[in-house]
Amino acid sequence: MIALIAFYLFATVMLASAVAVIFARNPVHSVLWLILAFFNAAGLMLLVGAEFIAMLLVIVYVGAVAVLFLFVVMMLDIDFAQLRSGFTKNLPFGIIIAFVLLAEIILAVSAWKAGPVLTTGAPAPEAVEPNIVALGQVLYSRFLFPFEIAGLILLVAMIGAIVLTHRSRGDVRGQKISKQVDRRPEEAIKLENPEVGGGMKL
Amino acid sequence: MIGLGHFLTVAAILFVLGVLGIFLNRRNVILILMAIELILLAVNINLVAFSAYLGDLVGQVMAMFVLTVAAAEAAIGLAILVIFFRRRGSIAVDDVNRMHG
Repeated sequence: MIALIAFYLFATVMLASAVAVIFARNPVHSVLWLILAFFNAAGLMLLVGAEFIAMLLVIVYVGAVAVLFLFVVMMLDIDFAQLRSGFTKNLPFGIIIAFVLLAEIILAVSAWKAGPVLTTGAPAPEAVEPNIVALGQVLYSRFLFPFEIAGLILLVAMIGAIVLTHRSRGDVRGQKISKQVDRRPEEAIKLENPEVGGGMKL
Repeated sequence: MIGLGHFLTVAAILFVLGVLGIFLNRRNVILILMAIELILLAVNINLVAFSAYLGDLVGQVMAMFVLTVAAAEAAIGLAILVIFFRRRGSIAVDDVNRMHG
């Protein structure tokens, strides 16, 4: 019973905040609604027992992606009112497309019939080990290669983002690595402590 | 009781909302990226629901990979957005087809 209430609460709040993401006038509000939607999606995933994915959603989306969006929205000086000019013009067509798509999906879901492997329909057997343990065992054995590829994709994305947004400014003195490497002891500064009256030997 | 159908319905509505967001905010790239995040979230909900329903962890592993790709896509998309804004002073996507520097 409590799970049913929680499900409807999470689902309603998530869909409502998804609507608010689309229709909000201010993009900053959009990002904040997006964060709320992600929190509620994490709640939905907790309900089905996918604890690790739920926490990952909170950490990755709320902690990184949403903050990135917020940062970009606030950093760029954009005239958002002008960008909304086509909004009402697109509204009827968009609603039509959305309803057609929704009808198609609902049709497909209701016509769905499981194949021979999936006909059990019985609830999944109670997990003997925690979700994270089971997921880790699968991830590091059967899915090791895709897991490494995922890490590589993240690395490429990071390097790509840095390369794209980096700009060399003319007014800063950068580090000259080749000059530093080429340095020899002979051209270095040496500390001397000459005797009184002895003078320096050059 | 909550069944697979409940989750599939919620995910379908969320997916459609994402598509609607792309249609409505055709000029604003930031909102389009957010709508894509909504779509990917709907996909993730589907994957996790099926995974729980079938008692098979592969769905959750796939959801994790979707999450990875979504994060990479958001980072690259926003980086492109930043350099586009730096060059053009606007993020209206109507005139993105002009690729000359």
